[in-house]
This record gives sequence, C-alpha cells and structure tokens, in this order.
Amino acid sequence: MSLTPDDIARIANLARLELQPDESERMLTQINGFFNIVEAMRAVDTSGVEPLAHPVAVIQDIALRLREDVVSEPNQREANQRSAPAVERGLFLVPKVIE
Amino acid sequence: MQTVHHAPHDLGVAKLVAALRQGELSAVETAQHFLKRAQAQADLGAFLALDEEVTIAQARAADARLAAGTAGPLEGVPLAHKDIFVTRDFPTTAGSKMLKGYRSPFDATVVQKLAAAGMVTLGKLNCDEFAMGSSNENSAFHPALNPWDRTRVPGGSSGGSAVAVAARLAPAVTGTDTGGSIRQPASFCGITGIKPTYGRASRYGMVAFASSLDQAGPMARSAEDCALLLSSMCGPDPDRDSTSLDRCEEDFTRSLNDSLEGLRIGVPSEFFGTGLADDVRAAVEACLKVYEELGAKLVPISLPRTELSIPVYYIIAPAEASSNLSRFDGVKFGHRADEYTDLVDMYRKTRAEGFGDEVKRRIMIGTYVLSHGYYDAYYLQAQKIRRMIADDFQQAFRDCDLIAGPVAPTVAWKLGGHGNDPLADYLADIFTLPASLAGLPGMSVPAGFGEGGMPVGLQLIGNYFSEARLLNAAHRLQQATDFHSRKPEGL
Repeated sequence: MSLTPDDIARIANLARLELQPDESERMLTQINGFFNIVEAMRAVDTSGVEPLAHPVAVIQDIALRLREDVVSEPNQREANQRSAPAVERGLFLVPKVIE
Repeated sequence: MQTVHHAPHDLGVAKLVAALRQGELSAVETAQHFLKRAQAQADLGAFLALDEEVTIAQARAADARLAAGTAGPLEGVPLAHKDIFVTRDFPTTAGSKMLKGYRSPFDATVVQKLAAAGMVTLGKLNCDEFAMGSSNENSAFHPALNPWDRTRVPGGSSGGSAVAVAARLAPAVTGTDTGGSIRQPASFCGITGIKPTYGRASRYGMVAFASSLDQAGPMARSAEDCALLLSSMCGPDPDRDSTSLDRCEEDFTRSLNDSLEGLRIGVPSEFFGTGLADDVRAAVEACLKVYEELGAKLVPISLPRTELSIPVYYIIAPAEASSNLSRFDGVKFGHRADEYTDLVDMYRKTRAEGFGDEVKRRIMIGTYVLSHGYYDAYYLQAQKIRRMIADDFQQAFRDCDLIAGPVAPTVAWKLGGHGNDPLADYLADIFTLPASLAGLPGMSVPAGFGEGGMPVGLQLIGNYFSEARLLNAAHRLQQATDFHSRKPEGL
C-alpha cells in the first residue's frame, strides 16, 4: 500500500499543517518508505490479544487515577498568559470566527 | 594526613555531597566553577539556557541550609535539566522554535523534587525538538557535539544532557526516555543513565511527546550517582499525573554493593545478530565476561519480536505525539505566525513555521494512523503487538534476573551521517525500543571503546520495579572496570 499526494494533502489538512509543494513531495517519499517497514507489523496474527495502553498493566491492574473535582489551584491568570501571543483584558485573542 | 584535592568537576555527585557537607566546598563556589566550565565549552552546544543570577541565588540558599543543618540529601550539588522539563526560573523550549521564549508558570514535579533535595540548577540542556530524534540534530537551535569527537553526534534525544556530563559541565543531569533517549546518548557519550519503570517518575511538567512511553531519569558518570538522583526523583504524584504509579519512594543506593554471585543475566540472541557492529559486540561481550568473573551466570534467551518493535514504536509514538502536539496552535502560548487569513489558516501557518521537519513527519504519521478507517489496522494493531512484546519479556524473566546487550548497533555516527534519511535513525533504535514499549527499567553503562575511540554502552534491562538491582549490577561492573571514569581529551 502506498500513500498518494492526495493522501498527504488530506492528512496535512487534518493535522493543520501547511506544507510547501517540495515539502509535500519529500514527505510522501519518506512516509511511504516508513510504511514499507510497517507491513511486517500488519502481517502479525494478533487475534485474541488485548491492546496494551499502560505498559505496567502487563503485570498488575492499573486504574487511571481520578481526583476530586474541586478547586486546587489559586488564580494564576497573569502567569498563565505571560507567554501568550496575543492577550487583551485577560482574554486570549484569535482572529474573528463569527461574522 | 594528606588531602588530595580534586577539581569539583572531577568529583561525582556522591563526593560532592560529602565535600559540601564537610564544608570543603561551598555551593556557591561549586556552582560558579561549573558555570565557568559551561561557558568555556559553549562550542559543544550542550546548553540552551544559563542564568548565573538564578543559579547563584539557589546556591546561596543551599549554603544557608548547609550552615543551618537543614540540608537535603543532595544539598548544593549542581544539576542541569533537559529542556523538556518546564521551569519557572529558566525558559523552556523543548528544543523547538514553537516555544522560543516560553516561560512556564510552574516547575515540573521532577524539577521540584530535585530542588527539594537541595540541588542547584545550572541551566537547561539542548535536545532534539520535542525529544524526537536520536542525534540531537533535530534541535531547532543548534546541534550538540560529542566531546569524544566533535565531528560526531552525541546521540539523542537527551544529547545536551549526555554532553554536559561527559564534558564535566555538570555532575549530573536529567533526561527523558521515550524510545531510548536516555540510554542511547549515555552510550554514545560514555556516561551512565537509567530510565526507571514507566510511571515511577511523574510526567507532570515534562513537555509531552508520547504519553504512554515518556519517562524521566537521571544521567551521571556512575551508577552510584544515578542512584542518588533517582532516589529523589521517583514517587507518586497523585494530583498531577494520572499515570504515575502508587509506588513509594525508594532508596536506590541500598543494594549497590550486593554480591552478583548467582545472578542470572539473560543474553537475547536477537541483540547480537548481523546488524551489530563488531566493535560494539566485542566491548559488550568483554563486559559479559567481567560479569561471569563477578559470579553471574549468562543465560541465552530470546526476544523474538525485537525487530517488530521498530514499526510498533513508530506507530504508537507518533500517534500519541500528533495528539499531544495539537495544543501548539498559536493561541495560548508559543509561536504565532505573523500573517494569516483566518483562524484555520493561523493554525496551519503557525504550525508550519514553528515545527521542524522530523516533528512534522511524526505528526503526519500519527494523524494518518489515527484517522478514520486506519485506526484498527495501525494503532490498535501496534498496541496489541506491544502487549506481545511485553509478554515476551515476562517469559524471558522466568529464566533470568536481568537482561544485557548493546544499547545501539554502532558507536556515535558523524554529524550529518544519516543525511536526510529518517529511517536510518529509526532503525538504529532497535535495541532500546523493546524495553520502552514494555515500560521496563533500562540502563546504559559504559562498556569500553570502539571504532575511533568512541564509547560503547552496555544496556541492562530489568523487570518492573527492579531499578535497585539494575543499579547494583551496574555499580559492581564499575567497581571492576574504569570506563565510566575516563575523560575525553582536552577537558
């Protein structure tokens, strides 16, 4: 199976990445090269095998920890917005989305 | 009695702790000494940020605690952090233009814990962008050079970390390991590094790459020094990292000197195949001989899915990366493009400008394998084989107590040596990926020297939570060999 230039364009759009034409071309070759080694993986019989998400779950039950839904942090709006590209009156600015 | 005076940079962590405690050195003069070395060796490219004022202020506070008798276990010992850990007092970039100039409002848990142990931060260390790479050449700022041969890579992604320790610019550093990023640079630079069991050290404040694989660990010259740091790094972080394990802190130095008599070391045949360079094989086999002399028994084992770990890892890690990196959209922090037409165009241009080639490639692979119609065939299939790989290790550990082999198929390659071929980097990760996928603790221990006088690393892999035993095996090897105390010329 090989990806086409259309696939690259579709994925780049999903990933919100603008790719220059030469970049797309290079990406296509490299990703197809990579998927050649993925073929070996697709051929493995995994019927009846449970997917593994937390690796230590191989030896013990792992429950994702939840904490009480209560306020635990003080307000740090200024510190949190210090590295924001555009802020006004304590709000993050983005281009107009609703006309 | 005659006292032998060593320069502070030749003392490791353990000796610095003692010298500081006995007042032979102050934290301030120790920090100044290392800062001077870091500045003098700026050409190596190890650091991305230094701030003398911040460092000296931390050192003064350490001196005050030493004088007051309230010193922590590592009080006054300097340390530098991989630039993947967020820090309030230093900028954090993750090696990416995307985060140029970023200041975190908080410290990572690991940063906090090592500061609480008394360590003084020298600065932030170079790494591959978002920890994606095996050579540090993917840093958006500059490469880091291998101090053993400046025309070679130091390995990655914790390349700057390994350089700093090998060149004696810091007695110890932090690194992170997703697919080998502590072990491989440690191997390439002739130092010691350990990645603990997944979930032992908090991931809170580590800029996320692949959340089910990322793990923090220390890098230093010796196993003893790594044990000292690791003892202060681990422990549950119940409110901040949902994947951190309920496993108490541990004193990893407690069994360093235990005998290795009767220890069963598994040697996987798949790690010694045709892809392994002769010089690496010779050094690793010589170390295995040393282990036999120390009373250990070598047991042949098999890890049959070693080769499969490459595609499995390079599906799972990019999938998780594509999700984690979606937060970089030019809104709340980081880079934003100057010109755009609307919101989506702003996202696209911001990300095109902010990310480097390798990061884009992995985002593309990850987005594809998670997209509708492909999820089962790729991501889910990879997670299933991940379980088979983890089961293979459990099978192997029935016959042995730990596993030994090479860290990497070759010694450090030349800068630019893999050219524009990302696949060459991926394939070179073959021996570190299996333990990463299984979430097992792994180490790199200096094992001698190969082609061009370059360091070779021995990889030790233990079962879950067996860090103390790994460190014990590494320490005993370091009592019997001196590879870890050799120094690159001119430093």
